[in-house]
Amino acid sequence: MSRPVLEIDHVAKRFAAKTVLSDVSLTIDKPEIFGLLGPSGAGKTTLVKMIVGMERPTEGSIHVLGVKVPNLKLMTDIGYMAQSDALYGELTAEENLKFFAQLYGLSGKRLKENAERVLELVGLQDDAKKPVQKFSGGMKRRLSLAIALIHRPKFLILDEPTVGIDPLLRKKLWDTFGELKDNGVTLIVTSHVMDEAERCDRLGLIRDGRLLACGTPAELKRATQTTTMEEAFLVYGGMGDAR
Amino acid sequence: MRVKALTERIIRQFLWDKRTMALLFLAPLLVLTLVSLIFNGDAYRPSIGLVDVPSPIQAALEKSDAHLKTLSAAKANDELKDQKLDAVLKFEQGRPELTLEGSDPTSNRAVLEAFTNLGGGGQAAGVKPVIHYLHGGKSLNNFDNFGPVLLGIFVFFFVFLISGVSFLRERTNGTLERVLASPLRRGELVTGYFIGFGIFTIIQSALIAAYSVYVLDLWMAGSFWYVLLITLVLAFVALSLGMLLSTFANNELQMFQFIPLVIVPQVFFSGLFKLETISDWVSWISYVTPLYYGADALRGVMIRGEGWSGIWGDVGVLALFALVFIALNVLTLRKYRKL
Ligand SMILES: Nc1ncnc2c1ncn2[C@@H]1O[C@H](COP(=O)(O)OP(=O)(O)O)[C@@H](O)[C@H]1O
Ligand SMILES: [Mg+2]
Repeated sequence: MSRPVLEIDHVAKRFAAKTVLSDVSLTIDKPEIFGLLGPSGAGKTTLVKMIVGMERPTEGSIHVLGVKVPNLKLMTDIGYMAQSDALYGELTAEENLKFFAQLYGLSGKRLKENAERVLELVGLQDDAKKPVQKFSGGMKRRLSLAIALIHRPKFLILDEPTVGIDPLLRKKLWDTFGELKDNGVTLIVTSHVMDEAERCDRLGLIRDGRLLACGTPAELKRATQTTTMEEAFLVYGGMGDAR
Repeated sequence: MRVKALTERIIRQFLWDKRTMALLFLAPLLVLTLVSLIFNGDAYRPSIGLVDVPSPIQAALEKSDAHLKTLSAAKANDELKDQKLDAVLKFEQGRPELTLEGSDPTSNRAVLEAFTNLGGGGQAAGVKPVIHYLHGGKSLNNFDNFGPVLLGIFVFFFVFLISGVSFLRERTNGTLERVLASPLRRGELVTGYFIGFGIFTIIQSALIAAYSVYVLDLWMAGSFWYVLLITLVLAFVALSLGMLLSTFANNELQMFQFIPLVIVPQVFFSGLFKLETISDWVSWISYVTPLYYGADALRGVMIRGEGWSGIWGDVGVLALFALVFIALNVLTLRKYRKL
């Protein structure tokens, strides 16, 4: 029997006196697209950074693929796309990609093949030789995604991947996420845009550092007797305020 | 492997950034040229050791503004070597012999001045000592004396600034955090930076030193390789300090604000100005400034032709500075990844 992809066990995170997350528990058993949905400042980025291993939980524990994080070796299995694009403006798209690929231990023919594959996936194959500082916001976002994919990780964490991307490309990216899932990749996608929620297999609604609810979009709507995710979230959010 | 990736990336960034390259390589040459053209020294009171000097001549010398010190021949030689004395006047079988330390043209001129002003009749008037130089020589000028220090200052200043700003950019544009979300170790990151910058520093030092020696005709008594070694270690100190201080800056402007705090005081205490003329209660500062050791070693090699035995102490202190800063860097990187 295989261990769950992700196990978050009663995790809390405090920065100095400020509590950013409290008592978050969550399990992902098999490859799926898990959406972390919540307004800005809810604690989504903090949570995914702990999953990647960049922050330590103040309380509780997180296991990824059966290994407790933070763990340096595990980082090879995780693809991470940060909320803000972290790219070297002076370098071309290809050079950026190559640098990060090497950090994950790729080289030679495999590096070249993977680079071509991910550039095509995000539709940047014709801009590979352009310096990144000439890129538009959407192009940078796509390159960041390509970098997260370069080493074929089993577990992909995307922090607001579709911000600043036009609707057509956004749809294409979500199609890509679906294909990745079909190939056995688990994705965690954070978003504050509700219409993306429907494309996730399961959702976690997060607000003020609490995981308010967790389930498939259909389940969440049924439980709140609403017809859209937006309304469902408002119901849960309201309950959160009342407590 | 990962270190190589970092090194390669830093080199690529440099190659795309022509302006920074120009700053690193050409700006020092320009400033050095200007300094060599315009520099002029001021008055300085030399220290002269006297060995068996007849009293009338001593009396005459006392009228000059030199500090005089009567001592034995052996002790005089030691103090001259340690640069505690600028010159020693000896009488060998009634013949006066003046030996100058020689590595500082300002002191040389001040010593010779004291003797040309002896005049005024009497027994002292006819004293024309035979002149020897321990180091350097008559043709050593101010630029020869300051050149090695300037070389050290340039390497330190430009490496500090460029590494500080580029590391600051890594922090502010999120790439540092992103790089640390990969399996890269914090130590590997610092090492990659050192090799990447090391390569450019070696080229920079070689270029500045070669230009100074062969084009501007700077005095060069020792080995070119020692000069490269010293500048490389000095650059590593500047690099690790720049990286470290970038933690305390939020933008490029704040990085530049470190210049009057970190660079300028070091320049004052680096030996560009004679430390003897600086008040005692602040002169101890020189011993905590890396540039002081770098400048001392560079002068040793370039003017006095010292080898490893003369510079190992300075190089050791510099290496220690670098190690401490590197350790602090690896520690502060914990802020970005708790592993
Ligand atoms: N390093 C930190 N120190 C202090 N507070 C932080 C830190 N990182 C995040 N926070 C705070 O935690 C809260 C949640 O932030 P974040 O996880 O970025 O939210 P989201 O990604 O959902 O917009 C915010 O109020 C933010 O100010
Ligand atoms: Mg966020």
